[in-house]
Formats: sequence, structure tokens, C-alpha cells
Amino acid sequence: MNISMDFGIWVAAALTLFIFSFLYKDNPLYKFAEHLFVGVSAGFVVVQQFWQVLWPNLIQPAVTRGTPEVWKFYVGGLLCVLLFTRLFQGISWLSRYTIATLIGTFAGLKVTGFAQAEVVEQVRATMVPLWTGDLGSSINNIILVVGVITTLVFFFFSKEHKGAIGATARVGIWYLMVSFGAAYGFTVMSRISLLIGRLMFLLDEWLGIVRF
Amino acid sequence: MMNLLPVVLTAIVGIVVILSFFVPHPYIAEPAQKLQDWAIVIVASGYVLGAANVYKVNGESAIKRQKDWVYKWILLGSMTGMMVVGFFFSGGTQFLNEGSPFKWGYDFLYVPMQATMFSLLAFFIASAAFRAFRIRTVDAALLAVAALVVMIGRVPLGNLFTAAFPEPIQLPTMANWLLEWPQNAAKRGIAIGAGLGVMATGLRIILGIERSHMREEA
Amino acid sequence: MAFGDTLEKLDRRWIFLLVALLVLIPLLRPLRLPLAVSGPARNFYEAVEAVPAGSIVVLAGDFDPASAPELVPMTKSVVRHLFRKNVRIIALELWEGGPPLVDAILHDVGDELGKKYGIDYVNLGYKSGREAVMPSFGNSFSRTFPNDYSGTAVSKLPLMREADTFAQTALFVNISAGYPGTKEWVQQVQGRFDVRMVSGSTAVQAPEIYPYLQSGQVVGLLGGMAGAAEYEKSINVPGAATKGMDAQSSAHMFIAFLILLGNAIYFSRRGAARRPS
Repeated sequence: MNISMDFGIWVAAALTLFIFSFLYKDNPLYKFAEHLFVGVSAGFVVVQQFWQVLWPNLIQPAVTRGTPEVWKFYVGGLLCVLLFTRLFQGISWLSRYTIATLIGTFAGLKVTGFAQAEVVEQVRATMVPLWTGDLGSSINNIILVVGVITTLVFFFFSKEHKGAIGATARVGIWYLMVSFGAAYGFTVMSRISLLIGRLMFLLDEWLGIVRF
Repeated sequence: MMNLLPVVLTAIVGIVVILSFFVPHPYIAEPAQKLQDWAIVIVASGYVLGAANVYKVNGESAIKRQKDWVYKWILLGSMTGMMVVGFFFSGGTQFLNEGSPFKWGYDFLYVPMQATMFSLLAFFIASAAFRAFRIRTVDAALLAVAALVVMIGRVPLGNLFTAAFPEPIQLPTMANWLLEWPQNAAKRGIAIGAGLGVMATGLRIILGIERSHMREEA
Repeated sequence: MAFGDTLEKLDRRWIFLLVALLVLIPLLRPLRLPLAVSGPARNFYEAVEAVPAGSIVVLAGDFDPASAPELVPMTKSVVRHLFRKNVRIIALELWEGGPPLVDAILHDVGDELGKKYGIDYVNLGYKSGREAVMPSFGNSFSRTFPNDYSGTAVSKLPLMREADTFAQTALFVNISAGYPGTKEWVQQVQGRFDVRMVSGSTAVQAPEIYPYLQSGQVVGLLGGMAGAAEYEKSINVPGAATKGMDAQSSAHMFIAFLILLGNAIYFSRRGAARRPS
């Protein structure tokens, strides 16, 4: 055992244990850590946005002599200032122009991004031969095509799920269940990994029992 | 007019960004690039606005000594502390460099608390597996089988159980097959459906049919 | 039935305690069970292996401390693999909490393998704006990131004078914990700029990436801590992920057992309720 002598490590270990104490029951130590976490996170994010985004991409070029097309930084700055009018009731309508710019940009990006990557490319990748000359890969291709079509039919709500459509949608549900089951298995893996990470910190960096 | 102008602005901006995907000419690409530049700083300002809201909401209950007011002071104090240290005592743009007081706050406050908060989920997912995961129908049975195959097939101990069997019926092979074919098919169906949905919603916003984002709140 | 009743009414804190012990004990007493490398992980390794020496790779580390146990070992292995092949790295981050984690990995592995900042690798740091950053970055690295992680103008960094678009790079590696991450990079950048891309994802996100894998939009995938361990095995440098796999195994087995036990109790009670008294 080679316990840490670093004050920071002790603080981190104490906060880790405070949060784990919630597993026994809600208590003041957990509440302390919870509120500290929210405060530290909010403070961290504000400082980071300023020094890593607003400073290099807006303020620095706007105040530096000789910046080409400096007007674009003034417009960007104005849009940012308008966003803050949301805090003041009488003039909050001004923030709509900033929101409109942002929403328009994101709507445009999403429309083309999803059309290309999620619709065109995915449809193209589903157009596979149903008989490849090899039984195994042919079965796999059939499973893929049937799965995509039946899942899409399940999400087609404009027609009642009865008769042929109902039967097809039923197969779609089975596919979805397999997919959700796989997702559940992976979720378990993720959550356990996070716990492993914290225990590794306590055993290694704090207590020095094992080196990872 | 006050309502119409932002809708028109959304439409123009959206169309320019969509066109930039197809037309690389500078007359289209450059305005689209500027819009993206602005989006980057607007989102950053949004975070700052969010922080101002944290002060507004929590400051009020801290001053009025409402429920948990002591904890609200801890929240506001730690937030202010991080900002003061980050803005004035950590070397400006080098605020996250090794040795700065702000980096100390990141390493020993932010990192352990965030990581531990999320690690609590490991315990709750185990408890839920015992209490809530009931195989009442064929659908639920399919879900359970897929979950068990993936959960056991993706870790070394699970591999050992079926190591003596022929490869096609070993758990890792089954888990990988499940992920690559039936699971993949369902995910692709969802992706195509969601893709069409997002395209429709995006176009509704750009054409001014969907306007809920134009509501303002002080 | 009494035993089933007792188990059903069991205080969940006993389950919590068992989970903690089943993770803790294998960490203290590892079994070192053998690990198999899956197809998507092998493809990831081969995609990195195929990058010619001297070329430039873009590495987007889109995660934060909440997913560090899965993604930090993965990032470390990828950086080590690239540096060993004398490939240069331009890194960026789109998640608030992640930049110092990626920076520490680049410096630690870089120092160990004698790599110089600015020449062999650059960390451009963080940018907000999510999808808006992606095509913007694709159009011009230096316009989107005028300064690096520490505030140095990128025009002063030799590596950044050699690459300003994806056309000048050999591979795009995305280590992703969710939104924004691999899905968004595929949507905004992969097809638009014709980028060869691999993804290291948290286990939660990994199933979402399979459609891209089969379509060729993503050519390799590492999923969660298991994926990270498979990659450590591929480059022959066992790290934290490999050491965590025994604990992962025992916890998975326990949760699988809980699912089966919960259902066994449920069905035995249902059977008893249906039997005429």
C-alpha cells in the first residue's frame, strides 16, 4: 500500500466517497458534492467558452488591427449580445434574430446531413443481392433487407397496423426487440466500465494498492 | 412584421446552408461559412446565458433562504470561485495548462465528481435488472435473449463458456452476428425513418410552418 | 415461495454491495482471462496500420470524464499506435469536459516516444457549436481553430502549415461518447469531404454505429471498454482496459444472473397463483 500524499487526490477521493454515499441513502455529504459539482461545472464551462471560443473566434479578431473582413466579427458579436436580451422582458423579442440565425443554420445542416448519411447512404447499403452464391451471406443479406423494410413499416403510422401491414409490422417489432436487447447489453457494459474507472482511481491513485 | 422578419431570416439562412452542400461556389459557400462561424460563437454565448440563469434561479432562493438555501450558496460560491480563478488567476488562454489553479479545479473537483455521478448508474442498472426486467411476452423474450447474448458474449468470461463448441455457436460469434445483422437492420430502419423525420422537420422550420422556437421568455 | 418473497423484498443496497464487491475483487485479484478481437476492432486496427508513415491524421476526442474509463484507454492506444508509425496527429475536441484529458494523453505518449508539440502533434482544443463546427472545420482547420489549446496562433505551428483540410490527411479517428460525435461527423463530414473514418465509441453508442460500418461510411469500430481492450491486445500494449475486463466479466455475469433470478421468482409465483388451492 502506497497511499497518496497529494492533497488534490485526497479531495478527489473524498468527493468520490461523498457521491457514493448516496447509495446508502440521501445525506448532506452527497448534497454538498452534488451542488458543488453543478457549481464547478457551470463555472468551468463559462471560463472555457470564453478563453477557447469567444476570445479566439470573436473578441481577439474583432479588436485586432488589420483583421480581414472585421465586420463579420461585429455581426457575430451583435448576434451574441442580442441573445442576452432574453434576460430582460421588454426587449427579449430582439433575441429572436439570433435564434432565427442559429435555427436556420442548424436546420440547413441537419437536412443535408441526414439526407446524405442517413437516407441515401443507408438505402444504398441496403440494396444488396439476396442470393450471393453463398448460403450464409445470402441469409444474412435477406435478414438485413427484411429487417430494414419491416422496421420501416412498423414506423409507418398513416395506415392502421392490420392485415398484411400488421403482420409485417409485427416482424419489425421482433427486430426492434433484438436491437433494444443488444443496446441494453451494451448499456450494462458502459455503466460497469464507469464504476471500474472510479474504483481504479481509489485503488491506484489514492490508496496505491494496485497499479493500473 | 416583428414576427415575420425572424421567420424570413430563418428561411434565408437555412436555404443558404442547404445550397452550400450542393454549390461550392464562393458566392454560396462563403456566406454559409460565415453563418457557421456565427453559430459557433452564438452557442458559446448560450452557455454564458445559461450560467446567468443559474445565478438568477439559485440566487433568489439562496437570498430568500428557501429550501436547501445553504446548498444553493455552495453552488453559487463554487461557480463564482471557478470563474474568478479561470478569468484572473490562471494565465488567460493558458487556463487549462498543467499547474494552473483552474486545472487543479478541473483535475480534483470536476473530473472525480462527474465520473462518480455517472458511475452510480452501474448500481441502479443491476437493481433494475433484478426487479424490472420481466419476460412476460415473446417480444420481451427476444429482448432478453439478445441482451444476455451480447452481455455475456462481449466479455472474456462469457467466451470461456462456449470455447469448446464449434465457432458458429460460440457466444462471441453469436453476439457479433446479432450486432451485424438483425440489430443492424433495425438500427438502419430507425436511422432511415429518423432521417426522413429530421428532413421534414428541418424543411418545416425553413419554410416557416414550424415556429415554436420563436417564442420568447424573459 | 418464502425464499422468493424474501429475495423480492430484499433491500436493494445488498445488490449494490454485491455489484461493488464483484467489480472490486477482480481488480485486486485479476484472472487475466484471454480476450478475442472482434471484426470491427480488427478493421479499426488495420485502418490505422494502413496509414503511411509521415502522413497526418485528425483525431477528434469527443468525450468527457464521465466516459473516461472506456475512451481514455482507447485514445491512448490509438495515439501510441499512430506515433509508433511516425504518423502526425491534429487533435480537436467538441465536448466541454474532454480537452484536458486528450491533451494529457498526447503529451504523455508523445513525451514517451520522443514526439515534439507543433511538429509531430497539435491539440487545437475545444470549440462549441456542435454540427456547425464540423463542416466549418472541414473547409478550413485554421479558420475554425485560429488558436490551439493553449492559445498559440496555429499559424505559428509547423504541422498546421502542412494541413488545413481533410484532403491533406490520411485518416479521421473519432473517439466519441455521444452527441456530438461519430453520428454527427458521419452526417456532416464523412460523405461531404470524402473522409476515411474510424470510430471508437462508448458501449452505449456502439450499436448505433453498426449501420455506418456495414455501409462503409465508418471502416472500423471499437465499442466500449471491451473494444479498448481488444485494441490494446492488437497493438500489444495491455493497459487499463485490459486490466478492467475481468471486473467487467464478473459484473456482466452477475447482472445476467439477476435477470434470470428475477424471472425465475416471477414465474414461480405466477405458477403458484394459477394453481387451484
